[in-house]
Amino acid sequence: MSYTLHHPKWHRNAKPIFWWIRRWAYIGFIFRELTSVAVAYFAILLILIYRSVQSGPEAYAELLQSLSQPSMIALHTVALLTVMYHSITWFNLSPKAMVVRLGRWRVPDLMIAGGNYAAWFAISATIAWLYVAG
Amino acid sequence: MAAESMPNITLEVLRYLPEGDAEPVFQQYEVPLREDWVVLDALNHIKDHIDGTLSYRWSCRMGVCGSCGMMINGTPVLTCAAFLTSFAPGPIRIEPMAHFPVVRDLVVEVTDFVDKLQEAKPWVIRQEEKPLSEGEFRQTPEELDDFKQYSMCINCMLCYSACPVYGLDQEFSGPAALALAQRYNKDNRDQGNAERMESLSNDEGIWGCTMVGECSEVCPKHVDPAAAIQQYKLDGAANWWKSLITGKGK
Repeated sequence: MSYTLHHPKWHRNAKPIFWWIRRWAYIGFIFRELTSVAVAYFAILLILIYRSVQSGPEAYAELLQSLSQPSMIALHTVALLTVMYHSITWFNLSPKAMVVRLGRWRVPDLMIAGGNYAAWFAISATIAWLYVAG
Repeated sequence: MAAESMPNITLEVLRYLPEGDAEPVFQQYEVPLREDWVVLDALNHIKDHIDGTLSYRWSCRMGVCGSCGMMINGTPVLTCAAFLTSFAPGPIRIEPMAHFPVVRDLVVEVTDFVDKLQEAKPWVIRQEEKPLSEGEFRQTPEELDDFKQYSMCINCMLCYSACPVYGLDQEFSGPAALALAQRYNKDNRDQGNAERMESLSNDEGIWGCTMVGECSEVCPKHVDPAAAIQQYKLDGAANWWKSLITGKGK
């Protein structure tokens, strides 16, 4: 037996451009996405530092001079805080993605996030030590 | 409390009549603010005593069937689990679930979700059947824990209404379908992981999720679809590396 699909006049709401301002959770999400810009910025800065080091002491000194401007220090302070927010929220989410089992024992979420933090601090401390010792 | 002395609360209900209305309009109803009433009770009161033309879905009235989901003050909830007093003094704004086409009043069209659910193959897939004589499939409590929470999904679609990715791109498989796919991937009786990965490891599937996380927040059964999708992504990435190194499969 054949039948005709009933298809009434549906109403569809288009998603507005500013859909994300309607809920705090969405605003938080958009803000976190925007923190990726600061992550990208630091990656580019690292490339610029590497290039200036390759170009010689004068180029490196020139770059350091431009980075020591008050406006640049302010920019980097904001960028650093933003990247830290990005990293902390990322580490806090890591247990959601990782289910680690050792035999029949499931590693608790706190230990997975804690492992990430421990690695972060260990790597940062090593870099700081290399900088101070060097 | 006697009905006469009971305060009222205003419900602003979005009405859409496809025979006449070009756009949906809000209609106000005054209902008794009874302590033991949920929003669904108030809608039933309107239907029975004030306006019989109001259309909406409901069935079990106990958070099991998943059919009474609506937007209450902009948040997707099951109306059978939302007490009127939580929204006092009101008004309470009731709209059909976001991101779905509206058929009439608070009734939405769900075919897209049902199609996506089927694409996720939420059933046990076996590559080889074992004979009955070999007995049942054994499962440890730990193995059950791996997927049990995902099997609590009641297909209420609240997660789709909370997910902006689905709202912006209707091709996205969506939270419930992906969580249910992962429910079977993690089941040790299932052998359909590769088959599901084939159809879901793409931009419209697991990689479409940007981890907003609201799907897990609104779930009335405390399923965590956001976690399921992130775990699925990890499996997908591991699978990709494996295929790159071994040159076998996906």
